[in-house]
Amino acid sequence: MGFPIRIPTLRGLTGVPSISRDEVAHLAKLARLAVTEDELDLFAGQLDVILQSVATVGDIATADIPPTSHAVPLTNVFREDVVRPSLGQQQALSGAPEAEDGRFRVPRILGEEA
Amino acid sequence: MTSLVELMDYDEVIEKYDPVLGLEVHVELHTNTKMFCGCANEFGGEPNTNTCPTCLGLPGSLPVVNGKAVESAIRIGLALNCEIAEWCRFARKNYFYPDMPKNFQTSQYDEPIAFNGWLDVTLDDGEVIRVEIERAHMEEDTGKSLHVGGATGRIHGAEHSLLDYNRAGVPLIEIVTKMIPGTGRRAPEVARAYVTALRDLLKALDVSDVRMDQGSLRCDANVSLSPKTTGALGTRTETKNVNSLRSVERAVRFEMTRQAAVLSSGGEVTQETRHFDESSGSTSPGRKKETAEDYRYFPEPDLVPIAPSREWVEQLRGTLPELPWERRARIQKEWNLTDEVLRDLVNANALDLIIATVEAGAKPDEARSWWVSYLAQQANTRGVDLPDLPITPAQVARVIELVNAGALTNKLAREAVNGVLAGEGSPDEVVEKRGLKVVSDDSALEKAVDEALAAQPDVAQKIRDGKVQAAGAIVGAVMKATKGQADAARVREIVLARCS
Amino acid sequence: MTNDLIHATAAELAAKIHSGEVSSVEVTQAHLDRIAETDQAVHAFLHVDAEGALAQARQVDADVKAGKVVSPLAGVPLALKDVMTTEGVPTTVGSKMLEGWLPPYDATVTRKLKDAGVVILGKTNMDEFAMGSSTENSAYGPTHNPWDLDRIPGGSGGGSSAALAALQAPLAIGTDTGGSIRQPGAVTGTVGVKPTYGGVSRYGLVAFSSSLDQAGPCARTVLDAALLHEVIAGYDEMDSTSINEPVPPVVAAAREGLNGDLTGVRIGVVTQFSGEGYQPGVLRSFQAAVSQLKELGAEIADVSCPSFDYALPAYYLIAPSECSSNLARFDAMRYGLRVGDDGTRSTEEVMSLTREAGFGPEVKRRIMIGTYALSSGYYDAYYGSAQKVRTLITQDFQKAFATFDVLISPTTPTTAFKIGERANDPMAMYKADLCTIPANLAGTPAMSVPSGLSDEDGLPVGLQIMAPALQDHRMYRVAAAYEAARGAFGGPSL
Ligand SMILES: [Mg+2]
Ligand SMILES: [Zn+2]
Repeated sequence: MGFPIRIPTLRGLTGVPSISRDEVAHLAKLARLAVTEDELDLFAGQLDVILQSVATVGDIATADIPPTSHAVPLTNVFREDVVRPSLGQQQALSGAPEAEDGRFRVPRILGEEA
Repeated sequence: MTSLVELMDYDEVIEKYDPVLGLEVHVELHTNTKMFCGCANEFGGEPNTNTCPTCLGLPGSLPVVNGKAVESAIRIGLALNCEIAEWCRFARKNYFYPDMPKNFQTSQYDEPIAFNGWLDVTLDDGEVIRVEIERAHMEEDTGKSLHVGGATGRIHGAEHSLLDYNRAGVPLIEIVTKMIPGTGRRAPEVARAYVTALRDLLKALDVSDVRMDQGSLRCDANVSLSPKTTGALGTRTETKNVNSLRSVERAVRFEMTRQAAVLSSGGEVTQETRHFDESSGSTSPGRKKETAEDYRYFPEPDLVPIAPSREWVEQLRGTLPELPWERRARIQKEWNLTDEVLRDLVNANALDLIIATVEAGAKPDEARSWWVSYLAQQANTRGVDLPDLPITPAQVARVIELVNAGALTNKLAREAVNGVLAGEGSPDEVVEKRGLKVVSDDSALEKAVDEALAAQPDVAQKIRDGKVQAAGAIVGAVMKATKGQADAARVREIVLARCS
Repeated sequence: MTNDLIHATAAELAAKIHSGEVSSVEVTQAHLDRIAETDQAVHAFLHVDAEGALAQARQVDADVKAGKVVSPLAGVPLALKDVMTTEGVPTTVGSKMLEGWLPPYDATVTRKLKDAGVVILGKTNMDEFAMGSSTENSAYGPTHNPWDLDRIPGGSGGGSSAALAALQAPLAIGTDTGGSIRQPGAVTGTVGVKPTYGGVSRYGLVAFSSSLDQAGPCARTVLDAALLHEVIAGYDEMDSTSINEPVPPVVAAAREGLNGDLTGVRIGVVTQFSGEGYQPGVLRSFQAAVSQLKELGAEIADVSCPSFDYALPAYYLIAPSECSSNLARFDAMRYGLRVGDDGTRSTEEVMSLTREAGFGPEVKRRIMIGTYALSSGYYDAYYGSAQKVRTLITQDFQKAFATFDVLISPTTPTTAFKIGERANDPMAMYKADLCTIPANLAGTPAMSVPSGLSDEDGLPVGLQIMAPALQDHRMYRVAAAYEAARGAFGGPSL
């Protein structure tokens, strides 16, 4: 198992200008950032430099090396199924930008998700 | 919103296409606490009361896995004949949605705790179909949104929404089938039978309330059509919001007829999420997403891997109760039922009720007779499924016990059952309140018998002449006079004694 | 008197408070006065909680008077990095996103400090969401290095280290994801320790990169850091990655080190961390430290850890990836900033406008890098490969620790740079963490102890000491011995 392989090699990535303004716009959308036009230009340049530089990890990350997701090799850390005190409604809502009827009030929602 | 949708005649659909099913069921576990925090896992309740930093996704909060939920997941996997992973992880599924406090769902991705299983599903006519299980994995539920303003209370047209995170973080097990091809005409029935079998299984495991109406069991039905001419796999749709077993069947059937109409008119089925509408029995598309989904899964760094030892798995296997199908096989043998009788009992949803009634002390024949005749009629009249009648197997067993003890006649017993169904309390309470008592005072019965004999002297004479079968008319008259509260056998004895 | 109190070490203050020689209120007030006097120039604090601090101090004084046994640091003031939640006390993480947020709960570290009677003076400045190496990325303005107010105090925990150097507090808490405790320690001439990952609970630490973040002690002496280490460390059932083992005996090790004998201790010098890009004065200071360690009896040899060259790129994939997910929760729905909700806009629009307005450029940049690195099509090339590098780095450490008890290097390639100097060059900024990152990727403990001043600019230099996981005490022993041998190197004139 392991996370799926999606790209054959890294070689094509290094050295080639890889990130366009449109791609930055797409990333910003995925990350819910309403970036400005100026930022698109700025980030496109900076991301390109950074991503090309960090892509060198591919130079030594060969297929036979197992990935490390956790620094400490722990497994099976479980909690007992015992109820602990909750915050309570007032505390839960204490930081809310807006609340109504014991609930968090948010602007209208456009989509339906997964 | 509902536009007219072209549908194809069902027979024609079957003639031209092979349906392919895929079913995804989400089950809410009924653990004491949530998946990753110690908040109570309760249905209902005042909004946002069962919340803490973790299930509200407050900055700095961290998840800790509920061991009981893992145990339930493994038991479900074992009951579904799955392999249990020796090592698996949680992953983060990243997407923004306000009912999800962290804007990622902690779920399992390519390392589910259980995988490669199967469930045998019995159809109405007794045919058994093996549904292959792809995986069963652990994840967390989202909060609930309430849409305010607009006419419908639905998301479209709402002015704003209100969020309650009591449900956020409730443990979910997602059970996904492999593609189910080859069911043909019976695809809708297979879908319903699968969800029914799964529900019964989960109930037997005692891991969930499995209430489709309350959302503790939710089914998404994937349907695609493969043209018989080419055999090519079709584009699938995923129908959500299917809130009852019947709806599962209807939704699949509707999608088959809709997709067939689209395809036969030269169109293409759009891969999309659709919503089932109970009232119209139709499905409609959800909002189109502007960009392709990209959940950016990666291993959850805040949780460590789960590596269930084989000892633990075997110990959990030992805790599996008798599973529904094993139970059926045993009962069929013990009670000596034919395949047909067993199937009828299963189809009428009566078998488990009868078994429970027997377990509460009744004899199998007596229990069966109550559930398949009088109670089945009552369910039918009320338009509900037998298990939804407001009477428990234990109550039925008690009524049977009262009859056997001579405290109730069959007629009185029915009245007692009516009282229970009317919400008047337990059988004993109904007997008390309605004054349902067999008249067992012989002097009162003797008086009634004498009056009946006097009223029908010719019958009385016949009895005296030895035509014992004529006693029935006198017994009937007495029963009528005592409003059924007499023990007919005792009345008969008295009649015969008076005429001897 | 006040002057003595602010120059004293935490250990000295604790002894005086517990013996009744001075009160915790006096000590606390002296530090509050010092903050009032100097923080205009330094800007180490985002929030000073004078009332809370004095209340805690009075409680400790009452306990001392009543003859109760108090914990070793009871009554001693501390500066808390604003990344730790504090119930009812503002916690901003250096971001506009959380301006005005009053957490409804305490971080485990916060609670442990309170339980130990430590006096929390307030919350210190930091790079926004701990992303940075200079504290210039704080939404509330930069912190200035007390050694030279035109220079950065390091980052992200520049506020905590500057507070120590400015004598505003004898103790501070930092968090270290790629060097955010050690690098500020180095450039401010203070001690900073990143414990073994899992040694200190992360519950209530506002996450930057979950698999790397680790809170730790900051102080002006090794013993003070050790005393604080033992207060905040230990298993916490609220953090699944917390290690359920006894806390390494760091105080005992620091005391042992103070006797100045390192006979038989094997020390490896990581050869990857020298050469081009390293300031000559930093390297000279490091060489002097090596000589001193030899004089103390240590056996010293070079060790090569070739994969360390890839630590920086691996870090700048893993940390942004995790942060892109961790920071998704800042969406204007449940807490914090909300922008653009004019009654017509949708939730989706308000989320995007709020995140655009609430996050600074470095945070946005990293969120986008992480979003890219995790997205389908790029996962294996970026995040997946970075995790493999992580494996190689861990293996390099294991090999090195088979021969050596601890490893050493300069903490950071240069002394404190000027404010603004690297602000527009992210890659140059990222290089400040070149030497500190491997320990984060491997989860092993590492610390920075001052090695005096660079001979060319008179600014502090740090010596980094690294140890195997759960062997934190080894580096404390070496650091304490070295510290005693090194002697005083003066302080900033403020
Ligand atoms: Mg799911
Ligand atoms: Zn909770």
